[in-house]
Amino acid sequence: MRKVSRLSRFNIASLALGLAFLYLPILILVLYSFNASRLVTVWGGWSLRWYREFFNDRAMIEAAWMSLRVAVSSATIATLLGTLAAVALSRGERFRGRTLFSGMLYAPLVMPEVITGLSLLLLFVALNAERGFWTVTIAHTTLTMCFVAVVVQSRLGSLDRSLEEAAMDLGWNPVRAFMAVTLPLIAPAIVAGWMLAFTLSLDDLVIASFTTGPGSATLPIRIYSEVRLGVKPEINAICTLVIALIAVIIVIASLASKLSSSQGESAAPL
Amino acid sequence: MAEELPGRDVQADVTGGDALPAAGQPLLRIEGVAKRFGTFRAVDGVSLDIKSGEFFALLGPSGCGKTTLLRMLAGFEAPDEGHILLGGKDIAQALPHERPINMMFQNYALFPHLSVRDNIAFGLKRAGMARAEIATRVAEMVALVKLEGLEKRKPDQLSGGQRQRVALARALARRPQLLLLDEPLAALDKKLRESTQGELMELQRRLGMTFIIVTHDQEEAMTMASRIGVMKAGKLAQVASPRELYEAPRSRWIAEFVGDINLFDGETKLRDGHRLVIGTRDAGALVVAEPREPLGTGKFAVAIRPEKVKLSRRAPVSEVGRETAINLLDGVIADICYLGGTTTYKVKLDSGGMLQASVVNSARLDVDAYSLNQHVVAWFTPDDCVVLPS
Amino acid sequence: MSSRRIFARPARFAAIAPYVWMALFFLVPFAFVLKISLSQTAIAQPPYEPVFDLTAGWEALKAALAALSIDNFRLLGSDDIYVFAYVRSLTVAVTATALLLLFGYPIAYGMARLPKRWQAVAMVLVIVPFWTSFLIRIYAWINILQHDGLLNQILLALHLVSQPVVWLSTDTAMYIGIVYSYLPFMILPLYATLAKMEPALEEAASDLGAPPWQVFWLVTFPLSLPGVGAGVLLCFIPIVGEFVIPDLLAGSNALMIGQTLWLEFFTNKDWPVASAAAIVLLVVLLLPLLLYERLQKRQLEQGR
Repeated sequence: MRKVSRLSRFNIASLALGLAFLYLPILILVLYSFNASRLVTVWGGWSLRWYREFFNDRAMIEAAWMSLRVAVSSATIATLLGTLAAVALSRGERFRGRTLFSGMLYAPLVMPEVITGLSLLLLFVALNAERGFWTVTIAHTTLTMCFVAVVVQSRLGSLDRSLEEAAMDLGWNPVRAFMAVTLPLIAPAIVAGWMLAFTLSLDDLVIASFTTGPGSATLPIRIYSEVRLGVKPEINAICTLVIALIAVIIVIASLASKLSSSQGESAAPL
Repeated sequence: MAEELPGRDVQADVTGGDALPAAGQPLLRIEGVAKRFGTFRAVDGVSLDIKSGEFFALLGPSGCGKTTLLRMLAGFEAPDEGHILLGGKDIAQALPHERPINMMFQNYALFPHLSVRDNIAFGLKRAGMARAEIATRVAEMVALVKLEGLEKRKPDQLSGGQRQRVALARALARRPQLLLLDEPLAALDKKLRESTQGELMELQRRLGMTFIIVTHDQEEAMTMASRIGVMKAGKLAQVASPRELYEAPRSRWIAEFVGDINLFDGETKLRDGHRLVIGTRDAGALVVAEPREPLGTGKFAVAIRPEKVKLSRRAPVSEVGRETAINLLDGVIADICYLGGTTTYKVKLDSGGMLQASVVNSARLDVDAYSLNQHVVAWFTPDDCVVLPS
Repeated sequence: MSSRRIFARPARFAAIAPYVWMALFFLVPFAFVLKISLSQTAIAQPPYEPVFDLTAGWEALKAALAALSIDNFRLLGSDDIYVFAYVRSLTVAVTATALLLLFGYPIAYGMARLPKRWQAVAMVLVIVPFWTSFLIRIYAWINILQHDGLLNQILLALHLVSQPVVWLSTDTAMYIGIVYSYLPFMILPLYATLAKMEPALEEAASDLGAPPWQVFWLVTFPLSLPGVGAGVLLCFIPIVGEFVIPDLLAGSNALMIGQTLWLEFFTNKDWPVASAAAIVLLVVLLLPLLLYERLQKRQLEQGR
């Protein structure tokens, strides 16, 4: 019996293939991180030896720690500034320099990272700044702020303005109305923005390479230099750990957003 | 016989179907159609004949299945059971673009990236008509719905009423055998709705086409349709002309759904020739005319429309008056609702129940109008009542 | 005063901090890039001259300004390597973007037609790999594409080839890597536009006689063009300047401009030339960048 359903077989096939394409390489990576054998062709049984090698590799651990610190700091600052920017753009109506402001804000989204990295390095050199933790953090904040702004702004745009108006009608001034009514409603988007900024920072190679100093390599920089020399199983283990960390964060954030939001929002925080 | 647009026979060319049946003959036969969504039976065994050239309305509350039935006629849902016969062919499983049926969508569904002209021409291009023919037909449609001068505009540059006309023109362009309209007037305000109702009826008459309209507004159905099918919970409760639906509802639910009604529950007490006496709880003994199918004994409800109830300050005194005022009830005015053309009085009967009476305000300065708490007498004839199963 | 205006006043103040930050850390650096691009290399720290020393007085400043030249730009124009790198970058970006559109559209379309509940799940599923490290994902492909990697193993096992195929250090590997990394950037804007289209439009087209493929081509695709535009620009612009993927997956005989820039900067320590290359890259991307800004503005501010 023929049905006129919305979802055709082609749709389902393309979805399934697409998702398989996206996930398969990662799954294979995770699988091989537990491979006792060093060779990809041989499955040597389950083993944690690569994880042990990672934890014994001082340089890697230091780089990982550096990456985490940079990611947390830059994500937090970026979320703060990005949210402010989103508020200004979505509620601020017209103001002088708005075009320039939004232009500056959205540009890093698409700008090739080599350009952003190079320009920031030249700035730091001109200011005679010591390159290390703070320069990388500042660079990452600049890059990720726009992602946070996009996420928060799109949530703000779809919010029902009459809620704020109701708060004002009941005697609250705009700022307090915003904090009491709007902020809790966009909280999931802000959290999503933070997570996005965190991941982008953790993951960034190019900008970190430009703006870091001696002795303060980030994890991607170390991974990259190792990878250039060829595939090392230890890398599989590191990657799996990073994936696990991100997965945990995503799960926590999804649970948090499910618990807090009660306006029929979808489970995806974006 | 309704005046027809010249060239109606071209319809066969465009849609490739057989010639249409004469007006009044069945055009579409719906036989035992059912549709389930999971465990929910949206349409539950509906059988219906749609006559050629009629304006048919599917009426019912939301969730009754009327829209699902319409979508099955259009081809957007396939029935789980039953047949839909158009010209003898079962089209139940045919895809929408294979049917000589067109639909006017509730929110119009005009293509935002196409102009008015291209919207109307859309269906014609699919039919493989020559360029010149398409242009002629589009011009014809534009004139039909009175949208001259707006052909180049895009939908977002039109008003709601204008968009509706484009949707109509687009659906009529292919000269379908059947036009389906999904709550076409829902988005319009009252004045526009009334004028559009008239225009739709006029159009249907002129074209001699068969229209099926889905609506939840019973006034709309009564105004426009020549026959109404009332649906409830997936089933057809009654199919009748507006007058028959209103004056001879077949069930309590239909009586309440279409217009206002007074209902008094009771039991048959005795039979006297062609009259029946039903003892009601709230209005005492009421005399009703025996319905065509004789009722047995049992529980029934007596139903009277408010406008059939007559009010006066005291019971009629003349010989004739006393003979006709068989169901005489005493009461007190409990509520007055002034509606301009009519006034609805709610009378609290001495026997306990509430009776609604609708009175036409036929004089501008009415010194005799009733006031609250005034004692009145209400009466109606046995022929004015309907007996319904309880 | 309308409620919107009441909100607008304090909202504008929120712009101050990000404004200052971005002006300082995004705009100002470009001025430095421009300045350095007009300078010469020097074996010094910093490795360029002249160095503007604001304390050295007006004369020193004038002398420094006179020392600026556009030699570096002339070098870029004359040396084949750079011209070739730019051309190659644009070619790769166009090809990759076309591939992304080809693969991404069906996925986005499938997502948009899912029942509402499943759409949220699908979106999360598409985004999660994106949140997994970019470098990791490229590395995962190196794993699969290497000489004795999984792909060759499968091909050999299925007897489709008799010898392991060389995948790494080829353009094919690079394209796989680019498509893999940028797929979410293409899918999401496309999905957003497709999901907002009312299904009644496709039904109306079908009702008017269009078979399914015509419904797609005449109604669905034209209405999805804003999403296509956003996706295309969101992918094209960064791919032009890509560095990591070509570096790890492509051969070393043909470099993209991102790689050339990196080489000049880190290996040759020639900051002025690298800066000049960056300026030229910016100019090349100026038009798409402006297009993108326009599209982004319209989409975000109309809530579309």
